[in-house]
Amino acid sequence: MSIAKRVGAPRIVPTRGIPFPTGDPELSPEQERAWRRQLLERALVAVTTQVSEPTVFDGDAGQ
Amino acid sequence: MKIVHYVNQFFAGIGGEDAAGTGPELRDGALGPGRRLASLLGDEHEIIATAICGDDYAAGHPEFAAELVTQARERGAEMIVAGPAFTSGRYGMACARIAAAACEAGLPALAAMHPDNPGLGEAAGAPLVESGLTARLMKDSLERFAAAARKIAQGDELTVQDGRIGPVARTNRMADRNAAERAVALVIARLGGDKDANEIPLPDFDQVTPAAPIADATDALFALVTEGGFVPAGNPDRLESARASKWVRYSLDGIDSAESGEYESVHGGFSTQWANADPNRILPIDIAREMERDGSIGGLHGEYLATTGNGTTVADARRFGMEWAAELRQAKIQAVILTAT
Repeated sequence: MSIAKRVGAPRIVPTRGIPFPTGDPELSPEQERAWRRQLLERALVAVTTQVSEPTVFDGDAGQ
Repeated sequence: MKIVHYVNQFFAGIGGEDAAGTGPELRDGALGPGRRLASLLGDEHEIIATAICGDDYAAGHPEFAAELVTQARERGAEMIVAGPAFTSGRYGMACARIAAAACEAGLPALAAMHPDNPGLGEAAGAPLVESGLTARLMKDSLERFAAAARKIAQGDELTVQDGRIGPVARTNRMADRNAAERAVALVIARLGGDKDANEIPLPDFDQVTPAAPIADATDALFALVTEGGFVPAGNPDRLESARASKWVRYSLDGIDSAESGEYESVHGGFSTQWANADPNRILPIDIAREMERDGSIGGLHGEYLATTGNGTTVADARRFGMEWAAELRQAKIQAVILTAT
Protein backbone atom coordinates (compact mmCIF):
# COMPACT_ATOMS: atom_id res chain seq x y z
CA MET A 1 0.00 0.00 0.00
CA SER A 2 2.82 2.43 0.82
CA ILE A 3 4.27 1.78 -2.65
CA ALA A 4 0.89 2.36 -4.31
CA LYS A 5 0.65 5.69 -2.47
CA ARG A 6 4.20 6.68 -3.29
CA VAL A 7 3.86 6.09 -7.02
CA GLY A 8 0.59 8.02 -7.00
CA ALA A 9 -2.15 5.39 -7.54
CA PRO A 10 -5.27 7.57 -7.13
CA ARG A 11 -7.64 5.00 -5.55
CA ILE A 12 -6.26 2.20 -3.37
CA VAL A 13 -8.07 -0.73 -1.71
CA PRO A 14 -5.73 -2.43 0.81
CA THR A 15 -5.64 -6.23 0.82
CA ARG A 16 -4.05 -8.88 3.03
CA GLY A 17 -0.98 -10.14 1.22
CA ILE A 18 1.21 -9.68 -1.82
CA PRO A 19 0.72 -13.25 -3.17
CA PHE A 20 -3.12 -13.07 -2.99
CA PRO A 21 -4.46 -9.53 -3.53
CA THR A 22 -8.08 -10.68 -3.87
CA GLY A 23 -8.04 -13.60 -1.47
CA ASP A 24 -6.98 -14.87 1.92
CA PRO A 25 -5.90 -18.54 2.15
CA GLU A 26 -6.45 -18.50 5.93
CA LEU A 27 -10.22 -18.36 5.41
CA SER A 28 -12.66 -21.13 4.51
CA PRO A 29 -13.69 -21.10 0.81
CA GLU A 30 -17.06 -19.47 1.64
CA GLN A 31 -15.49 -16.85 3.89
CA GLU A 32 -12.81 -16.13 1.31
CA ARG A 33 -15.40 -15.56 -1.40
CA ALA A 34 -17.25 -13.15 0.90
CA TRP A 35 -13.97 -11.31 1.59
CA ARG A 36 -13.29 -11.03 -2.14
CA ARG A 37 -16.81 -9.69 -2.70
CA GLN A 38 -16.19 -7.12 0.05
CA LEU A 39 -12.93 -6.00 -1.63
CA LEU A 40 -14.66 -5.52 -4.97
CA GLU A 41 -17.48 -3.58 -3.32
CA ARG A 42 -14.85 -1.28 -1.82
CA ALA A 43 -13.44 -0.90 -5.34
CA LEU A 44 -16.90 0.17 -6.56
CA VAL A 45 -17.04 2.79 -3.81
CA ALA A 46 -13.56 3.94 -4.81
CA VAL A 47 -14.33 4.45 -8.50
CA THR A 48 -17.52 6.36 -7.70
CA THR A 49 -15.79 8.72 -5.25
CA GLN A 50 -14.07 11.99 -6.15
CA VAL A 51 -10.41 12.06 -5.06
CA SER A 52 -7.66 14.64 -5.50
CA GLU A 53 -4.67 12.58 -4.31
CA PRO A 54 -3.80 8.93 -3.54
CA THR A 55 -6.69 7.83 -1.32
CA VAL A 56 -7.10 4.58 0.64
CA PHE A 57 -10.53 2.94 0.71
CA ASP A 58 -10.58 0.53 3.65
CA GLY A 59 -14.08 1.18 4.99
CA ASP A 60 -16.68 -1.53 5.48
CA ALA A 61 -18.53 -0.86 2.27
CA GLY A 62 -21.31 -3.22 1.39
CA GLN A 63 -22.01 -4.36 4.92
CA MET B 1 16.90 18.84 -47.01
CA LYS B 2 13.60 17.16 -47.76
CA ILE B 3 11.84 16.77 -44.43
CA VAL B 4 8.76 14.83 -43.35
CA HIS B 5 7.02 16.23 -40.25
CA TYR B 6 4.99 14.04 -37.87
CA VAL B 7 1.90 15.34 -36.03
CA ASN B 8 -1.07 13.65 -34.33
CA GLN B 9 -4.70 13.73 -35.46
CA PHE B 10 -5.35 16.91 -33.48
CA PHE B 11 -2.57 19.04 -34.94
CA ALA B 12 -3.31 17.65 -38.41
CA GLY B 13 -6.81 19.09 -38.06
CA ILE B 14 -8.57 15.73 -38.34
CA GLY B 15 -10.20 15.83 -34.89
CA GLY B 16 -9.78 15.46 -31.14
CA GLU B 17 -10.22 12.38 -28.97
CA ASP B 18 -13.01 11.16 -31.26
CA ALA B 19 -10.42 10.77 -34.02
CA ALA B 20 -7.62 9.33 -31.83
CA GLY B 21 -8.05 5.92 -33.47
CA THR B 22 -7.06 7.29 -36.93
CA GLY B 23 -4.47 5.07 -38.62
CA PRO B 24 -1.11 6.22 -40.05
CA GLU B 25 -1.00 8.16 -43.32
CA LEU B 26 1.14 10.65 -45.25
CA ARG B 27 -0.24 13.88 -46.71
CA ASP B 28 1.53 16.26 -49.10
CA GLY B 29 3.13 19.41 -47.75
CA ALA B 30 3.14 20.98 -44.30
CA LEU B 31 0.06 20.96 -42.06
CA GLY B 32 -0.89 22.74 -38.84
CA PRO B 33 2.23 23.69 -36.84
CA GLY B 34 4.30 22.35 -39.76
CA ARG B 35 3.51 25.47 -41.78
CA ARG B 36 5.16 27.78 -39.26
CA LEU B 37 7.97 25.25 -38.79
CA ALA B 38 8.59 25.20 -42.55
CA SER B 39 9.05 28.96 -42.68
CA LEU B 40 11.35 28.89 -39.63
CA LEU B 41 13.48 26.17 -41.24
CA GLY B 42 14.34 28.54 -44.10
CA ASP B 43 14.95 28.03 -47.80
CA GLU B 44 17.51 25.25 -47.45
CA HIS B 45 14.87 22.88 -46.13
CA GLU B 46 11.43 21.86 -47.29
CA ILE B 47 8.64 19.97 -45.50
CA ILE B 48 7.59 17.72 -48.38
CA ALA B 49 4.92 15.81 -46.46
CA THR B 50 3.19 15.45 -43.10
CA ALA B 51 3.01 12.05 -41.44
CA ILE B 52 -0.09 11.63 -39.27
CA CYS B 53 -1.40 9.06 -36.82
CA GLY B 54 -4.09 9.11 -34.13
CA ASP B 55 -2.73 9.04 -30.56
CA ASP B 56 -4.66 5.94 -29.48
CA TYR B 57 -3.72 4.08 -32.66
CA ALA B 58 -0.03 4.96 -32.18
CA ALA B 59 -0.09 3.85 -28.52
CA GLY B 60 -1.67 0.52 -29.40
CA HIS B 61 0.30 -0.23 -32.60
CA PRO B 62 4.02 0.56 -32.11
CA GLU B 63 4.68 -0.62 -35.69
CA PHE B 64 3.01 2.56 -37.00
CA ALA B 65 6.38 4.33 -36.65
CA ALA B 66 8.35 2.02 -38.93
CA GLU B 67 5.48 2.08 -41.47
CA LEU B 68 5.44 5.87 -41.62
CA VAL B 69 9.24 6.07 -41.84
CA THR B 70 9.20 3.62 -44.77
CA GLN B 71 6.51 5.69 -46.53
CA ALA B 72 8.47 8.88 -45.84
CA ARG B 73 11.61 7.39 -47.39
CA GLU B 74 9.67 6.34 -50.46
CA ARG B 75 8.61 9.98 -50.86
CA GLY B 76 12.26 11.02 -50.73
CA ALA B 77 12.52 12.19 -47.11
CA GLU B 78 16.10 12.92 -46.00
CA MET B 79 15.13 13.79 -42.44
CA ILE B 80 12.15 13.30 -40.10
CA VAL B 81 10.97 15.65 -37.36
CA ALA B 82 8.08 15.09 -34.92
CA GLY B 83 6.02 17.29 -32.65
CA PRO B 84 6.15 19.40 -30.58
CA ALA B 85 4.17 17.15 -28.24
CA PHE B 86 4.33 19.41 -25.12
CA THR B 87 3.21 17.25 -22.14
CA SER B 88 0.76 15.06 -24.06
CA GLY B 89 1.77 11.50 -23.13
CA ARG B 90 0.50 9.45 -26.07
CA TYR B 91 1.57 12.09 -28.59
CA GLY B 92 5.02 12.33 -26.96
CA MET B 93 5.42 8.57 -27.07
CA ALA B 94 4.44 8.57 -30.75
CA CYS B 95 6.92 11.38 -31.58
CA ALA B 96 9.72 9.59 -29.72
CA ARG B 97 8.95 6.32 -31.52
CA ILE B 98 8.96 8.09 -34.92
CA ALA B 99 12.36 9.64 -34.15
CA ALA B 100 13.70 6.28 -32.95
CA ALA B 101 12.40 4.48 -36.07
CA ALA B 102 13.91 7.15 -38.35
CA CYS B 103 17.32 6.87 -36.65
CA GLU B 104 17.16 3.12 -36.95
CA ALA B 105 16.47 3.51 -40.67
CA GLY B 106 19.55 5.73 -40.94
CA LEU B 107 17.74 9.06 -41.31
CA PRO B 108 18.56 12.08 -39.17
CA ALA B 109 15.61 12.76 -36.86
CA LEU B 110 14.42 15.03 -34.08
CA ALA B 111 11.36 15.08 -31.81
CA ALA B 112 10.20 17.98 -29.63
CA MET B 113 8.38 17.67 -26.28
CA HIS B 114 8.41 18.94 -22.70
CA PRO B 115 11.05 17.34 -20.40
CA ASP B 116 8.22 15.89 -18.22
CA ASN B 117 6.61 14.12 -21.17
CA PRO B 118 6.38 10.39 -20.32
CA GLY B 119 7.22 9.57 -23.96
CA LEU B 120 10.81 10.68 -23.36
CA GLY B 121 11.97 7.16 -22.56
CA GLU B 122 10.86 5.80 -25.94
CA ALA B 123 13.39 7.74 -28.02
CA ALA B 124 16.07 5.02 -27.82
CA GLY B 125 18.84 7.60 -28.11
CA ALA B 126 17.24 9.66 -30.90
CA PRO B 127 17.70 13.40 -30.30
CA LEU B 128 14.95 15.26 -28.45
CA VAL B 129 14.55 19.00 -27.99
CA GLU B 130 12.62 20.78 -25.27
CA SER B 131 9.24 22.34 -25.97
CA GLY B 132 6.94 24.33 -23.70
CA LEU B 133 4.36 22.86 -21.35
CA THR B 134 1.32 23.39 -23.56
CA ALA B 135 0.39 24.46 -27.09
CA ARG B 136 0.05 28.03 -25.79
CA LEU B 137 3.85 28.06 -26.03
CA MET B 138 3.80 26.89 -29.65
CA LYS B 139 5.63 29.93 -31.03
CA ASP B 140 8.70 29.67 -28.79
CA SER B 141 8.66 25.89 -29.01
CA LEU B 142 8.71 25.95 -32.81
CA GLU B 143 11.59 28.44 -32.89
CA ARG B 144 13.72 26.19 -30.71
CA PHE B 145 12.57 23.12 -32.65
CA ALA B 146 13.54 24.68 -36.00
CA ALA B 147 16.96 25.81 -34.72
CA ALA B 148 17.68 22.32 -33.39
CA ALA B 149 16.43 20.70 -36.62
CA ARG B 150 18.79 22.89 -38.67
CA LYS B 151 21.66 21.74 -36.46
CA ILE B 152 20.77 18.07 -36.83
CA ALA B 153 20.42 18.56 -40.61
CA GLN B 154 24.02 19.85 -40.70
CA GLY B 155 25.18 16.74 -38.89
CA ASP B 156 25.92 18.56 -35.61
CA GLU B 157 25.13 17.19 -32.16
CA LEU B 158 22.60 18.92 -29.93
CA THR B 159 23.79 20.34 -26.63
CA VAL B 160 21.98 21.27 -23.44
CA GLN B 161 22.17 24.89 -24.64
CA ASP B 162 20.18 23.90 -27.73
CA GLY B 163 17.50 22.50 -25.44
CA ARG B 164 18.50 18.86 -25.74
CA ILE B 165 16.53 16.65 -23.32
CA GLY B 166 16.20 12.95 -22.58
CA PRO B 167 18.73 10.22 -21.95
CA VAL B 168 22.12 10.76 -23.53
CA ALA B 169 24.28 7.80 -24.50
CA ARG B 170 26.89 7.12 -21.78
CA THR B 171 30.49 7.28 -22.86
CA ASN B 172 33.58 6.16 -20.99
CA ARG B 173 35.99 8.74 -19.68
CA MET B 174 38.66 8.89 -16.99
CA ALA B 175 37.42 10.48 -13.76
CA ASP B 176 39.76 12.78 -11.88
CA ARG B 177 39.08 11.03 -8.55
CA ASN B 178 38.16 7.46 -7.66
CA ALA B 179 34.62 6.37 -6.78
CA ALA B 180 35.20 6.40 -2.99
CA GLU B 181 36.41 10.00 -3.05
CA ARG B 182 33.52 11.09 -5.27
CA ALA B 183 30.98 9.30 -3.04
CA VAL B 184 32.31 11.04 0.08
CA ALA B 185 32.25 14.37 -1.74
CA LEU B 186 28.58 13.76 -2.64
CA VAL B 187 27.71 12.94 0.98
CA ILE B 188 29.40 16.12 2.16
CA ALA B 189 27.55 18.12 -0.49
CA ARG B 190 24.27 16.52 0.62
CA LEU B 191 24.97 17.33 4.26
CA GLY B 192 25.67 20.88 3.17
CA GLY B 193 22.13 21.12 1.81
CA ASP B 194 22.78 20.33 -1.88
CA LYS B 195 19.84 18.03 -2.64
CA ASP B 196 20.64 17.79 -6.36
CA ALA B 197 24.24 16.56 -6.18
CA ASN B 198 24.16 13.22 -7.99
CA GLU B 199 26.17 11.36 -10.62
CA ILE B 200 23.27 9.13 -11.69
CA PRO B 201 19.87 10.80 -12.12
CA LEU B 202 17.16 8.74 -10.41
CA PRO B 203 13.87 7.86 -12.12
CA ASP B 204 11.20 10.40 -11.44
CA PHE B 205 7.63 9.33 -10.56
CA ASP B 206 5.32 11.67 -12.40
CA GLN B 207 2.21 13.12 -10.80
CA VAL B 208 -1.02 11.64 -12.11
CA THR B 209 -4.22 13.63 -11.86
CA PRO B 210 -6.93 11.21 -10.67
CA ALA B 211 -9.69 10.59 -13.19
CA ALA B 212 -13.15 11.86 -12.31
CA PRO B 213 -15.33 9.26 -10.58
CA ILE B 214 -17.99 7.38 -12.52
CA ALA B 215 -21.54 8.40 -11.65
CA ASP B 216 -23.04 4.93 -11.35
CA ALA B 217 -21.23 1.58 -11.16
CA THR B 218 -24.40 -0.31 -12.11
CA ASP B 219 -24.27 1.38 -15.49
CA ALA B 220 -20.51 1.19 -16.12
CA LEU B 221 -18.35 -1.21 -18.10
CA PHE B 222 -15.47 -2.51 -15.95
CA ALA B 223 -12.15 -4.07 -16.97
CA LEU B 224 -9.88 -6.29 -14.90
CA VAL B 225 -6.12 -5.80 -15.36
CA THR B 226 -3.19 -7.01 -13.28
CA GLU B 227 0.56 -6.95 -12.89
CA GLY B 228 0.41 -10.33 -11.12
CA GLY B 229 1.85 -12.38 -14.01
CA PHE B 230 -1.61 -13.88 -14.48
CA VAL B 231 -1.85 -16.09 -17.60
CA PRO B 232 -3.68 -19.15 -18.93
CA ALA B 233 -2.04 -22.36 -17.71
CA GLY B 234 1.09 -23.11 -19.70
CA ASN B 235 1.80 -19.41 -20.32
CA PRO B 236 1.17 -19.56 -24.11
CA ASP B 237 2.79 -16.19 -24.92
CA ARG B 238 5.79 -16.67 -22.63
CA LEU B 239 5.14 -13.67 -20.39
CA GLU B 240 8.35 -13.09 -18.41
CA SER B 241 8.42 -13.77 -14.66
CA ALA B 242 10.63 -10.70 -14.09
CA ARG B 243 11.67 -7.57 -16.00
CA ALA B 244 8.70 -7.97 -18.34
CA SER B 245 9.25 -6.45 -21.77
CA LYS B 246 5.60 -6.78 -22.74
CA TRP B 247 2.01 -7.21 -21.65
CA VAL B 248 -0.55 -9.79 -22.78
CA ARG B 249 -4.32 -9.94 -23.30
CA TYR B 250 -6.70 -12.86 -23.04
CA SER B 251 -10.39 -13.26 -23.73
CA LEU B 252 -12.79 -13.70 -20.81
CA ASP B 253 -15.60 -14.88 -23.08
CA GLY B 254 -17.46 -17.68 -21.35
CA ILE B 255 -15.10 -17.61 -18.35
CA ASP B 256 -17.06 -17.56 -15.10
CA SER B 257 -14.24 -18.10 -12.63
CA ALA B 258 -10.43 -18.39 -12.66
CA GLU B 259 -10.19 -22.12 -12.02
CA SER B 260 -7.09 -23.84 -10.71
CA GLY B 261 -5.36 -25.69 -13.55
CA GLU B 262 -6.75 -23.27 -16.14
CA TYR B 263 -4.91 -20.15 -14.99
CA GLU B 264 -1.65 -19.58 -13.18
CA SER B 265 0.67 -16.79 -12.06
CA VAL B 266 4.19 -16.76 -13.50
CA HIS B 267 5.26 -13.86 -11.28
CA GLY B 268 8.81 -14.45 -10.06
CA GLY B 269 8.64 -12.10 -7.08
CA PHE B 270 6.57 -14.18 -4.63
CA SER B 271 5.47 -17.76 -4.02
CA THR B 272 2.65 -18.51 -6.44
CA GLN B 273 1.29 -21.54 -4.52
CA TRP B 274 -1.80 -19.64 -3.25
CA ALA B 275 -2.43 -18.02 -6.64
CA ASN B 276 -2.25 -21.33 -8.43
CA ALA B 277 -4.51 -23.07 -5.88
CA ASP B 278 -7.22 -20.45 -6.58
CA PRO B 279 -6.32 -17.98 -9.37
CA ASN B 280 -9.30 -15.76 -8.40
CA ARG B 281 -6.93 -14.60 -5.65
CA ILE B 282 -4.97 -12.70 -8.33
CA LEU B 283 -7.75 -11.76 -10.74
CA PRO B 284 -11.23 -11.82 -9.14
CA ILE B 285 -13.09 -13.15 -12.18
CA ASP B 286 -15.62 -15.11 -10.07
CA ILE B 287 -16.85 -12.10 -8.11
CA ALA B 288 -16.68 -9.76 -11.11
CA ARG B 289 -19.00 -12.14 -12.97
CA GLU B 290 -21.27 -12.40 -9.93
CA MET B 291 -21.48 -8.59 -9.80
CA GLU B 292 -22.24 -8.49 -13.50
CA ARG B 293 -25.08 -10.99 -12.99
CA ASP B 294 -26.60 -9.28 -9.95
CA GLY B 295 -26.34 -5.82 -11.56
CA SER B 296 -23.76 -4.32 -9.16
CA ILE B 297 -21.75 -3.39 -12.27
CA GLY B 298 -22.97 -2.63 -15.76
CA GLY B 299 -20.73 -5.20 -17.39
CA LEU B 300 -17.30 -6.84 -17.52
CA HIS B 301 -14.92 -6.19 -20.44
CA GLY B 302 -14.49 -9.21 -22.71
CA GLU B 303 -10.76 -9.55 -22.07
CA TYR B 304 -8.21 -8.89 -19.36
CA LEU B 305 -4.76 -7.31 -19.70
CA ALA B 306 -1.77 -8.55 -17.73
CA THR B 307 1.93 -8.09 -17.25
CA THR B 308 4.44 -9.00 -14.58
CA GLY B 309 5.41 -6.20 -12.21
CA ASN B 310 8.72 -7.49 -10.94
CA GLY B 311 11.88 -5.47 -11.45
CA THR B 312 10.10 -3.64 -14.27
CA THR B 313 11.72 -0.35 -15.25
CA VAL B 314 9.72 2.84 -14.73
CA ALA B 315 10.00 3.52 -18.47
CA ASP B 316 8.49 0.14 -19.41
CA ALA B 317 5.77 0.39 -16.76
CA ARG B 318 4.86 3.86 -17.99
CA ARG B 319 4.66 2.58 -21.56
CA PHE B 320 2.44 -0.37 -20.53
CA GLY B 321 0.19 2.01 -18.61
CA MET B 322 -0.23 4.38 -21.52
CA GLU B 323 -0.89 1.50 -23.93
CA TRP B 324 -3.46 0.00 -21.56
CA ALA B 325 -5.19 3.34 -21.07
CA ALA B 326 -5.45 3.83 -24.84
CA GLU B 327 -6.73 0.27 -25.36
CA LEU B 328 -9.33 0.53 -22.62
CA ARG B 329 -10.53 3.92 -23.76
CA GLN B 330 -10.99 2.64 -27.28
CA ALA B 331 -13.07 -0.21 -25.83
CA LYS B 332 -15.25 2.39 -24.00
CA ILE B 333 -14.30 1.03 -20.57
CA GLN B 334 -15.35 3.40 -17.77
CA ALA B 335 -13.65 1.84 -14.73
CA VAL B 336 -10.65 -0.42 -14.22
CA ILE B 337 -9.71 -2.65 -11.30
CA LEU B 338 -5.97 -3.34 -11.27
CA THR B 339 -4.90 -6.05 -8.86
CA ALA B 340 -1.35 -5.48 -7.65
CA THR B 341 0.93 -8.03 -6.04
